[in-house]
Amino acid sequence: MAKTALTGTRVRARRLDLGLRQADLAKAVGISASYLNLIEHNRRRIGGKVLGDLAAALQIDPANLTEGADSTLVQGLREVAGAFQPLLGRRPELGQTDEPFAGLSHAQPRPATLPTPPEPSEDLADRFPGWAAQVVVQHRRIADLEATVATLSDRMSHDPHLAAALHDILSSVTAIRSTSSILTGDQQPDPAWQTRFQRNIHEESARLAQASQSLAGYLDRAAEAGPGTATPQEELEAWLAARDWHLPELEEPAPDIAALADTAGFKTPQARDFAQDWLQRAHQLARVLPLDRLADDLAEGWPEPSALAHRFDVPVAHVLRRLAALPPSLSPSPVGLLSSDGAGALVFRRPIDGFPLPRIGAGCPLWPLYEALRRPDQPRAATVELPEALTRRFHVYAAAETRVPGTFAQPAVIEATMLILPHRTAAEGPARLVGSACRVCPRAACAARREPSILALTRDSF
Amino acid sequence: MAGRVLLIEDEPNIIEAIRFILSRDGWHVDIHSNGLTALEAVQTRAPDVLVLDVMLPGRSGYDILTDLRADPATRALPVLMLTARGQKADRELALRSGADRFMTKPFANDDVLAAVRELAGG
Repeated sequence: MAKTALTGTRVRARRLDLGLRQADLAKAVGISASYLNLIEHNRRRIGGKVLGDLAAALQIDPANLTEGADSTLVQGLREVAGAFQPLLGRRPELGQTDEPFAGLSHAQPRPATLPTPPEPSEDLADRFPGWAAQVVVQHRRIADLEATVATLSDRMSHDPHLAAALHDILSSVTAIRSTSSILTGDQQPDPAWQTRFQRNIHEESARLAQASQSLAGYLDRAAEAGPGTATPQEELEAWLAARDWHLPELEEPAPDIAALADTAGFKTPQARDFAQDWLQRAHQLARVLPLDRLADDLAEGWPEPSALAHRFDVPVAHVLRRLAALPPSLSPSPVGLLSSDGAGALVFRRPIDGFPLPRIGAGCPLWPLYEALRRPDQPRAATVELPEALTRRFHVYAAAETRVPGTFAQPAVIEATMLILPHRTAAEGPARLVGSACRVCPRAACAARREPSILALTRDSF
Repeated sequence: MAGRVLLIEDEPNIIEAIRFILSRDGWHVDIHSNGLTALEAVQTRAPDVLVLDVMLPGRSGYDILTDLRADPATRALPVLMLTARGQKADRELALRSGADRFMTKPFANDDVLAAVRELAGG
């Protein structure tokens, strides 16, 4: 529990619960009623004898008067306030109060004898912990539901299989509707046309049946594979997530990668083959960046990736991928990782809480990931801020590598990687404002926007 | 005869139904099914009204329409856009691209007929 400036509030609340008059309590404690009034309005800090006497008179443990609201709850309320800031168009009510400093200009120093007024979030959490908890829970539930809606809509928009199947179905339905409307309308076509249209309906019905079955099968396969595991990439990511993104087998000198892929239980052979390629690359990283040589670097926090790359004489991108595949015990903090192919499509995603990732397709054009893709010889680092809440900042490192060298006949195959780390310090200073993907980003006036957003666009902080 | 309509659509049975209802209403209907050569078809056929599908082989209806609006010769050509995607964002994109009317599939024949008549000024 955090100590707060709300001792007076608790004194007052307890007094009222006991049905005591202010004057009577003051007399019992040996202080003036006016002084007690200042205490109860948090304009005087108390401790020692006065606190003890008040607690005794109020038949309560002194700690119950001084210990504040659950700091987790207060932080939750701050998140709620921050989330509403773009809608309200003003800063959240942190540290703002209209008493007792009303009338004081900002140029006047705060009297040293007066305590810092309580923060409204803290005040709410302390006075009404149940309601405050409800506000936080509902806010987080709304955020989760928004993310689910965005994910589902993202899938509808960007899943090529789903889009093609739906297009087929709607085309057939359109043809059937239009044709049957002609046949059943007031103006009957001549027999030759009737025959022709009946044949068309028959054709489209068969096509519709096939497309429907194909779609149902596709969705069934996706459901069997588990939530969000419709593609080989997603199957691999789901498996890795279940293994905490670290495979001790790959740390061995000569692991049986084919057997590891076989025993992973992938639903499709494509996923198994995709995983085997990934495992092979990951094992190579484990060989050149062994854990025993990284452990010291990780003891004090995340090391600077280019320094590691220089020391081990490997590309920066290899360091980034290795840092995202460490055992949880060695990771200084949660970590996320994105890899993109030359077209900008995300080919690997290790999510990190607070940094939503699009299901399919490319992410926010402003990510340093894409800067690295454009300049494979130049690693990038930046502090980025997501639009979900004021405190959602991350530090990211991005670098690209040539997977297949180019020839005169073929261009090089480039892959970019971005490591995502929680921002270590408080959310201050400049940060690059980025999003997750245009379709689900609320930043209305972004110059890099490539498609409309499905979310209600709010006031932009650009 | 009511006028000339160019239908740019690649679904054969949709083409047949739309052509039937428009022809029955007195319109001369030309058909073109390839997005890559759609602009040439518009120039060649010189329709009074263009009925344009969005999902075409080779090129999207949005891109075709954008080019039509950039050409002084076709800037004012009335266009009815057809699409299977009826989200608000798709409607707004169609209008931004220069469509005069936007209709989602599946549509009612009478609505298509009414839209063509209206766009032709009838």
